[in-house]
Amino acid sequence: MGFIPVEEITKKKAQFVRDPDAKLPENIREHVLQLEAEGEWVVHRIPEDHVEVPTKYGIPKKVPVQPTWHHKSCGQCGHIPGYSTSIFWVHRKLGLTYEDPRDQTSCTAWNYYASATSNAAAQAAVAVRNFAAAYESGNFPIIHCGTSYGHYKEVREELMLHPELRAEVRAIMAKLGKPLVMPEEIVHYSEWFWAMRNEIAKHQVRDFSNISATVHPACHYYKLVEQDAIYDPELYGGQRTAVVSGLAIALGAEVRDYSTFFDCCGFGFRHILVQRDFTRSFATLRKIQVMKDEADPDVTLTHDTGCVTTLDKSQFAAKAHGITASIPVMSDAQFAALAMGAHPYKVCQLHWHNADYRPLLEKMGIDWRQAWAEFEKDVKRLEDGEIEYLSWEDVDA
Amino acid sequence: MPVETSALYKVQKGRYDDVSLEEKERLFAEVKADMRYEDYLYGCYECGICVAACPSARFYDFSPRRVAQALAREDVEQVYEQMNDDIWECSQCFSCLRCPRGNNPGGLITIMREVAINNSLGTAKEALEGYTRIIYKIMGTGTQVSPDMLQPEAFPDWGPEVVTVSKNLDLWRRMLPPETMHTTSTGWDVADKTITELYLIWHATGVLDMIRQVDSNLHMILEEMMEDKLEEAGYDT
Repeated sequence: MGFIPVEEITKKKAQFVRDPDAKLPENIREHVLQLEAEGEWVVHRIPEDHVEVPTKYGIPKKVPVQPTWHHKSCGQCGHIPGYSTSIFWVHRKLGLTYEDPRDQTSCTAWNYYASATSNAAAQAAVAVRNFAAAYESGNFPIIHCGTSYGHYKEVREELMLHPELRAEVRAIMAKLGKPLVMPEEIVHYSEWFWAMRNEIAKHQVRDFSNISATVHPACHYYKLVEQDAIYDPELYGGQRTAVVSGLAIALGAEVRDYSTFFDCCGFGFRHILVQRDFTRSFATLRKIQVMKDEADPDVTLTHDTGCVTTLDKSQFAAKAHGITASIPVMSDAQFAALAMGAHPYKVCQLHWHNADYRPLLEKMGIDWRQAWAEFEKDVKRLEDGEIEYLSWEDVDA
Repeated sequence: MPVETSALYKVQKGRYDDVSLEEKERLFAEVKADMRYEDYLYGCYECGICVAACPSARFYDFSPRRVAQALAREDVEQVYEQMNDDIWECSQCFSCLRCPRGNNPGGLITIMREVAINNSLGTAKEALEGYTRIIYKIMGTGTQVSPDMLQPEAFPDWGPEVVTVSKNLDLWRRMLPPETMHTTSTGWDVADKTITELYLIWHATGVLDMIRQVDSNLHMILEEMMEDKLEEAGYDT
């Protein structure tokens, strides 16, 4: 080893062939419906109550308004619970029908990307099992996690391109007594928030006109199977994904630019657990510090669990290296819920976050000391056995 | 004039000379045989945009371009080196998908990782040391990030809030309005039937066999747990 003879390289390149016709058509939805017509799978149709939105390649995408089935995110629910709670709270405030199912597993993509102890068939079967569960419920799936969303679109491509994979997954579904189901669209929750942004703004009770924000878009939202991510010609000239930014603008906030917008947060799946020096360095030096230097926002908004976790939790350790730049981090859902008057602790659950969000709350006109006292009062009721759980009624009391 | 690859790449010359060329070719053939391979590799302009976008390339001596090139050239020696020394540095963000040629270096790395696991490469086992808890969690419960993982000893660098969360975990989980989220050992409450269906998928697709290659103890625990559940549910495994 050491040298690659030029003849070897040219010989091997000469054998290198690919069939361009095997590539997917740009209009995924048409292909999904065509496979249904061929009897390959059942398509879960978008409900009548939906909004059409623009995408990167200009093909309109249908985003369901209701009834929706919320494919939760393990990271959101596991350690940023206010993320999911805010999504549900906004639905309730808008009076929309939704289901928070128990018949759902994680997409399992974190394990797949981090450890590779899975394979294409297993990942496809998990996705389709969850799709089938939503189909059986009659409610359309909304995917909370950016990685689940991107991975499910990856799975959709693999199932489209490989009949043998469809056959394998169909056989597994038959054992489970379920059909092979593919949703007409794969929809991320932030697409729902973007589609509903004007409706949400109508219910806004807190003034955000003095709030500035930077946006970090999740890699797996717009880089992994990119064609049906939302891009709006009216926003960033259609050159950047419009979700999150469009919602913040609709709520009256000022969205500020910074030069590492397109960079990953540094999450890295296995890295955030066992190679945290990589994650911390990337998150603080390439994202938080740059945002602070170039935009100095009141908050940074994102739309994936991994990004909130990485950007939020990495800030503490960076102080040991003299990096004092700090920005509160939250999801677009928490931001929207706060705009609509949600309780910062009972609904948005900000006490699970690390970077100091209190100055932001003050700027939003929220007395966080009073809010925390209210939360603690309910904790006491729970400790005293007066209530078993905090209910939606308690939250809005 | 030939170029010394050692000047360009970090791998020491001759590092894997003890592994036969046949073995390296066998592993490369497994990578190429994956159905996704043809969808992920189209050739390389050597423009470097994947490297420019890659977070791991900023932090490690890592390059998605080198991976795509080695595979396109069918350089089995270099592919073998990468399967041992490079692939676990990828953070799977897929920023490299901006490739103008349509390559998916992150996807190619996924395939290489799976082949490394299936063949029980020592470097794959090393990369996953300390990670088995997550594998156990997702395969055993259907959710993979549980609230009880938020312990100060696991995340001392996440600051004092982790101590407070850990101390109040049971209480604060019950302070969440959605009924599905009062759990601490799983992200949400997953129905028993749903977990059993997940177990059947792991069995039917050979994922348990993959686990056996990296951690036999974990495999034993998972297999026992799953077989009992599947038998109870009347599934034939």
